[in-house]
Amino acid sequence: MKYVPALTVAVAVLFVSAPILVAMAPYESTMGLVQKIFYFHVPSWIAMYTAIYVNGAASALFLFRSRPAADRVGAASAELCVLFGAMGLVTGPLWGVKAWGHWWIWEPRLTMALLLWLVYISYLLVRRYGGPGSEKLAAAVGVFGTAVSPFVYVSVNLWRTIHPLNSVVPTLKSPFRPAFGISSLAFLALFGLLLALRVELGRRQAALDALYLADED
Amino acid sequence: MIRRLCVVLALVACLGASSSAKSQPPPSTAQSEFEPATAPAPGDQMAAAPLVIAAYGFVWLATLFYVWTIRRRLSKVEADMRVLERRQTERR
Repeated sequence: MKYVPALTVAVAVLFVSAPILVAMAPYESTMGLVQKIFYFHVPSWIAMYTAIYVNGAASALFLFRSRPAADRVGAASAELCVLFGAMGLVTGPLWGVKAWGHWWIWEPRLTMALLLWLVYISYLLVRRYGGPGSEKLAAAVGVFGTAVSPFVYVSVNLWRTIHPLNSVVPTLKSPFRPAFGISSLAFLALFGLLLALRVELGRRQAALDALYLADED
Repeated sequence: MIRRLCVVLALVACLGASSSAKSQPPPSTAQSEFEPATAPAPGDQMAAAPLVIAAYGFVWLATLFYVWTIRRRLSKVEADMRVLERRQTERR
């Protein structure tokens, strides 16, 4: 919790400066204004992938070492996978309807991204309704989600697709870079802040459970 | 609850599959890099503005909603802790 005030300030500064830089960034030659969705569509997936790898590491640690703290980080990061994934899945069609003329196309990248998001929905459902021991089962789902996530990333290179290629980000021209860099930092800082808050909630819930057990004894 | 959720998910999947079957366009070439331009056509700007605002608005709404859920859950845990501590003090 000691990092929360500093992270809150960082998130506030970044989320105030990002829209200014996005407004100042040049228009893209073929897509025009709608391409500006790129500055929060891609960073939301970057934040989701960060959440996926944090969840994968925490889930593996909980599966093999049974550390309660790792379980709390796993549960927190799974919720953030769903949150940032929802942002990516909503902002993408808003971009696609103008760029492609369709809200949604069942092509490899979009379909696999939706399935990956559903993996983390299932993680949360297993934890919520799976009964005793469901934490371990959910951790296995988390490890599975982490293992399949690289296939979603490389899907645009493996199959014929309408989605922009992964090379768009590394080859980004210098006028687009400041807005993209600050937006990505803003989403990563937001991920860090929300993770810290959610882990603290988990810690307090565990303390409450311990108090209830002590009360019953 | 789970049964209702399964029914909703199945309906969403069926609707999505049927709409995609009706309007699946042939895939065109994927864009590999972005080229800067000075300004878009005014008509294009008018048509795209609500989409950009909706995307940005959704990001904010989703974040605020999640922060609200954390705050609500934290308040509940703290209230339960106070009740439990009071009960333990009364027993002593």
